[in-house]
Amino acid sequence: MEKVYARTKTIQDDKVSGFCPGCMHSTVIKLIGEVLEEMNLVEKAACVLGIGCCGLHMDYIAYDNITAPHGRACAVATGMKRSNPDSLVFTYQGDGDFASIGLAESISAANRGENITVIFINNGIYGMTGGQMAPTTLIGMKASTAPKGRIAEEHGYPMHMCEILNQLTAPAYLERTSCNTPQNVMKTKKAIQKAFQNQLDGKGFSMVEIVTSCPTNWGLEPLDALTYIEEKMLPEFPLGVVRDR
Amino acid sequence: MAKVEIRSESCKSCGYCVKFCPKGVLAVGDKVNSKGYEYVVPVNMEACIACCMCARMCPDAAIEVYK
Repeated sequence: MEKVYARTKTIQDDKVSGFCPGCMHSTVIKLIGEVLEEMNLVEKAACVLGIGCCGLHMDYIAYDNITAPHGRACAVATGMKRSNPDSLVFTYQGDGDFASIGLAESISAANRGENITVIFINNGIYGMTGGQMAPTTLIGMKASTAPKGRIAEEHGYPMHMCEILNQLTAPAYLERTSCNTPQNVMKTKKAIQKAFQNQLDGKGFSMVEIVTSCPTNWGLEPLDALTYIEEKMLPEFPLGVVRDR
Repeated sequence: MAKVEIRSESCKSCGYCVKFCPKGVLAVGDKVNSKGYEYVVPVNMEACIACCMCARMCPDAAIEVYK
């Protein structure tokens, strides 16, 4: 019998991830690993991790990674890429890291058109720290710091990072995908592939924003969280290519 | 003839594979692994068509597919 779907070798064979059941961080990490293997880039890969749940896989993957101070992954990646242009440098950040604490570094790196790739996980909430409101939290969505749900007058509106970065001249590629269905998982993989290829081609800043779930902090079963993505998250964060140059 | 192999120790019983399998091959079993999750088992392997939907959705890379 022929193996038609193999576990990626970029995940250590004897390890189980530290993520909660249904968490799509691990789906995305699996996809990154598959793409690195298919593009023969595992040896060249240098992953810059943000702080939070996105750093939970540091001892689970089998390629080089470094953890940046909170929010500063794009700045660290800038230094790594400039000093070692042969590496494939990508950041792996959550919404709290990329869009809140590291907003200045993220936008500045995009504005400079740094030749790095950003994998940005948008699950609308702070995961590891305990379900606090993130810049991407939906209006009405409950968080531990917004127990009655996000109120626009008090907390502002959800931030759409792809569209915000689309105001800048420099970025090469911005796409928003999700992992809520097998079709969207495949599209996410394609997007990651393209973002990595852009870096190899020297095109500059590429970002893939991936809308995912956080069943634990949303207070939902994993399967109910899929419905929540479909019904609530995707109308606010429409999928598709925002920019491709 | 196709088949799926599930690493029971990696399974966290999220149920994505069970939901997206178009042929009803998989189900959440009644045994638990060392982390306490009721891991998924094949219950109707003859129906498997090796479409890999289960493996693509599995967050924990617990499923491998053969054809």
